[in-house]
Amino acid sequence: MLQIADKTFSSRLFTGTGKFSSSALMEEALLASGSELVTVALKRVDIKNNEDDDLLLRLKYPQINLLPNTSGVRNAKEAVFAAQLAREALETNWIKLEIHPDPKYLMPDPIETLKATEELARLGFIVLPYIHADPVLCKRLEDAGTSAVMPLGSPIGSNKGLKTIDFLEIIISQSNVPVVIDAGIGSPSDAARAMEIGADAVLVNTAIAVSGNPVQMAAAFKMAVEAGRMAFEAKLASPVSHAIASSPLTSFLDE
Amino acid sequence: MNSFNDLFETYSWDETKTSIYAKTTIDVERALASPKRTLEDFKALISPAAAPYLEQMAVMSQQLTQKRFGKVLQMYVPLYLSNECNNICTYCGFSYDNKVKRKTLSPMEIMQEVAALKEMGYDHVLLVTGEDNLNVHVDYFKKVLELIRPHFAHISMEIQPMDVEDYDQLTPYGLNTVLVYQETYHQEDYKKHHPKGKKSNFKYRVETPDRLGKAGIHKMGLGVLIGLEDWRTDCFFTALHLTYLEKKYWQSKYSLSFPRLRPFSGGLEPKVEMSDRELVQLICAYRLFNEEVELSISTRESPAFRNNIIKLGITSISAGSKTNPGGYVVAPESLEQFEISDERTPAEIAEMIATQGYEAVWKDWDRCLA
Repeated sequence: MLQIADKTFSSRLFTGTGKFSSSALMEEALLASGSELVTVALKRVDIKNNEDDDLLLRLKYPQINLLPNTSGVRNAKEAVFAAQLAREALETNWIKLEIHPDPKYLMPDPIETLKATEELARLGFIVLPYIHADPVLCKRLEDAGTSAVMPLGSPIGSNKGLKTIDFLEIIISQSNVPVVIDAGIGSPSDAARAMEIGADAVLVNTAIAVSGNPVQMAAAFKMAVEAGRMAFEAKLASPVSHAIASSPLTSFLDE
Repeated sequence: MNSFNDLFETYSWDETKTSIYAKTTIDVERALASPKRTLEDFKALISPAAAPYLEQMAVMSQQLTQKRFGKVLQMYVPLYLSNECNNICTYCGFSYDNKVKRKTLSPMEIMQEVAALKEMGYDHVLLVTGEDNLNVHVDYFKKVLELIRPHFAHISMEIQPMDVEDYDQLTPYGLNTVLVYQETYHQEDYKKHHPKGKKSNFKYRVETPDRLGKAGIHKMGLGVLIGLEDWRTDCFFTALHLTYLEKKYWQSKYSLSFPRLRPFSGGLEPKVEMSDRELVQLICAYRLFNEEVELSISTRESPAFRNNIIKLGITSISAGSKTNPGGYVVAPESLEQFEISDERTPAEIAEMIATQGYEAVWKDWDRCLA
């Protein structure tokens, strides 16, 4: 079981709510994914009258935990303000911290993210920051009180897979908090690979929502994440590029 | 480089136009095969040589748009605040020399119009005015923003170009997006179409997006009025402008529009006709050139065209629009800026969107975010 802060999760597949062709289809796909943590952009929901919000009504299942995100903010100050509103309206102190001042590539701002994490952790939030695959930043975020780190696999929405794998491996090897690989995961095999290298979870949105059959794709991701995790726990055999038949360099030691 | 104008002045309209029309099949195929397309590729994609590749461009445009934006369309609606205007623009119903009854909505009238828009379900609004700096100025806009901010998640404005300090005054009141269309990048024709008023200053207008960038505006919209000049050359300069702005004002978002000249009372006949096929080509070319830019379609276009274009690259759409101040409730019979072509209600458009396998999104911003 995966534990983040005070919650345990039997599913290591986190999902998002954007880009679906209808909220009914989103609901069906999220159920098929088995996901227990679903991120919702504050800008998409009516946080004041959230009792009637169609998107939120679709997520009312006992197993689904909401993870509001701050997408749209450009600095730490705006992020902290948005997180406080989300906590009040949606009654959760979990927040996916997204600060991307660059609206073209949606690249996260490491400096503002660190500042906001410090402040939000101090205010009692469970912070899950979306960041570059930057091992030093991950350690600094740990010091700042983050509850997990969410490094990107490749640019968000790009479906390019684990372009940052060398850095992800360093992050995973030295992290004291769960590592959730967010952004860029384009196919179930990418998700499986992320789990095989030891990620604690993955977050997938575009690859499910924009696929030809989001419900079937969600189920495929569910299986891939489970398979990848199982493989990680079973300890993968190291890949070798050639057969080792004899030991010509050291055989003299046995003579 | 201080402004886009410095870059723009290094280009010649005629040479640019010639180079677009000189693009060949080979240029088009290279552009289509390239993973990251350049301005030269964009020229090829809008050139006559790309016409036989339209279906392929449409398939690629649809895929790129879905990847970035999902299967959704953002709904927005214009709210005309005033038709008072000191500019003469040959193509516009609100031109100073047009004999129309002038009107600027009062706070109470604005709230009546707002109530009607809320009833339709809108959360994103576009405020539109002419240019009358005596009556419709920064202080008027501040009052309007203060009044309507509690009712909308996202507020855009299409108003006279202003100075950085003016925009700086409006953003704290909830101004999120400003649209400023160049109309045409052909300087001589620009002068012909704007003989009088502040708008006749080409340089001040073409530098407006720079001033918006300096003011840190969240989003700005660019475009030309198609029909005034060769659309290919004008749209190349739009793409050049966009590329310049994205690099310089990297914290702003961008949207593009491609309004085709529409009839209005006493109006101008287009110098250049753009066919539906060519408009599709332009939309797909914009998308293939820039995966992140928002592309917007208004009620200027016909129902049949809009039904089909929404899946080919468009990201936002208006519906039920009125182009006269008070057009929704206060003074529905007053003269419009231009005739709209698609008169379906927002609910009908949302249903049309749903039947095509897309979702109409009413809210995609929140006052708490800035």
